[in-house]
Amino acid sequence: MELLLISTLKVILVFAIVLGALSPLAGWAERRQSAMIQDRVGPNRASIGGFRAWGLFHPIADVIKLMTKEDFVPATRNRYLHTAAPMIAFWSAVVTFAVIPFGPWLQIANLDIGVLFIFGIASLGVYGATIAGWASNNKYSLLGALRASAMMLSYEVTLGLTVVGVLICFSTVGAQELVVAQAGPIWNWGIFKQPVAFVLFFVAAMAATKRAPFDLPEGESEIVAGYFLEYSGMKFVMFYMGEYIEMFLWSALATVLFFGGWQIPWVPFEGQTWYEFAGVAKFLAVLVAIAFLQMTVRWTLPRFRYDQVMDLGWKMLLPASIGNVVVTAVVIIATPAGGVLQRVALLVGNAVVVLVALAVAAAMKGENKIGVTTEALRTQRSEEAVH
Amino acid sequence: MIRVREKYGDRMTALESSYLTETLKGLSITLRHFLENTLTRKNTVTLNYPEEKKPYPERFRGLHRLMKRDDGQVRCVACMCCATVCPAHCIKIEAGEHDDHRIEKFPIEFSIDWLRCVYCGLCVDACPCDAIRMDTGEHPKPQIDRNGFLTTKIDLMKLGGPSVAVQGGVRPDNGEG
Repeated sequence: MELLLISTLKVILVFAIVLGALSPLAGWAERRQSAMIQDRVGPNRASIGGFRAWGLFHPIADVIKLMTKEDFVPATRNRYLHTAAPMIAFWSAVVTFAVIPFGPWLQIANLDIGVLFIFGIASLGVYGATIAGWASNNKYSLLGALRASAMMLSYEVTLGLTVVGVLICFSTVGAQELVVAQAGPIWNWGIFKQPVAFVLFFVAAMAATKRAPFDLPEGESEIVAGYFLEYSGMKFVMFYMGEYIEMFLWSALATVLFFGGWQIPWVPFEGQTWYEFAGVAKFLAVLVAIAFLQMTVRWTLPRFRYDQVMDLGWKMLLPASIGNVVVTAVVIIATPAGGVLQRVALLVGNAVVVLVALAVAAAMKGENKIGVTTEALRTQRSEEAVH
Repeated sequence: MIRVREKYGDRMTALESSYLTETLKGLSITLRHFLENTLTRKNTVTLNYPEEKKPYPERFRGLHRLMKRDDGQVRCVACMCCATVCPAHCIKIEAGEHDDHRIEKFPIEFSIDWLRCVYCGLCVDACPCDAIRMDTGEHPKPQIDRNGFLTTKIDLMKLGGPSVAVQGGVRPDNGEG
């Protein structure tokens, strides 16, 4: 009975943080941030009693608008799948937060397979996109759905492989255990053991959230709105919220894997009450910082072309992540655990991975896809230009 | 023969085509703009429109106004020049006989349909006695129905003021002013 009560309390707390605070604020932050980046003012009109609060009331106005909006559906849709798709997308994003350890106490379920659970459920999210695209009976939706599934296939592999290196370093897959293993000085954090893995993870996670510069499934300039083209009202919001929640999910996972979760560097956790609050605050601060970086990247880079996305995924990220796993495994076995030697060897190994990847990329530069060397192509072009 | 020089062709280095450094450069630009605009609004070009207004140029042709004589009466003598020259036919003048024999005619009603008006300024050029001007520097405010844009003589005179121009070619120094 007591367990049930505490679990319920945890569920309410976690979902209040994720659904009640982070996601609505993300919408506001994103609009406002893009305005600041693009030298605009941004939304600041919604007011309660003349009080505007820098547009912070816009999420409330948006929610009221979207809730009262007509749910317009195409007549030729598949009735059941069209309704189920947003639920799948939203559910898979939300439910993964059950194993995220926000603090030493604030974790809904401490599963032994923590990180694997997140990957398993988060991969289901693409079913939402695929089913939505197919059930809408619209060619643009279908194209968006195909793009979503192809991109998910390409990037989920990298995403999983980058994490393997971290899991090898800490020799556990439990989310809470990963955080506990990063206690102590700051160089115990995952990012100081696996910096390359963090960069790869960050890029692959951005692709997994289907956000710019990897928003090909939406691709509004090419396929209108992609897989959620035929959705309106709250069904549309479920996709939209799912996207934001997924962004926070990968940020949270990055915090757990690379930034010590709720561990405050150098300060050991011995059951202090203040630490539990400070730990949650630190976790959320890191989470928001990573999410902020993701948003900034969104307003910095243009959308990749489709073949560029596939090239980046299969030819650059995947080999690099495989190389990282191999190097990490060799170093962990070859050096004594926990020593300075191991730490330095891991960093050297990472540097080697980066250098080899760049060298391979440079070697591949000379040839383009149809096998003509660029030098020959350039000569040919300049000859054509002369004639 | 046209000579073409390929400037940025395929000459990206491996580091550039790995996206890493170029992404960091781009991020530094966006973050700089973000910080500058958040802290000081340094580069922000957007105005919070109704509260902050950019002044119109001096010769902006805005809403019309009807000028007044020294005694507050309308300067217009209902000569119909403006109504005749108006390409949009938006000026309606109903002329009446004035008690003062030196004035002869005056407009009983003078209305402008601001929805039809094309703000060309021909009426101002045509007016022989500086009775109509378009120098208010304002534009029509939104209305909830079309009749709101039909402006009467009273409203036009409220926007107007006394004019110092001499009317009808009669000079003040010949004893009649």
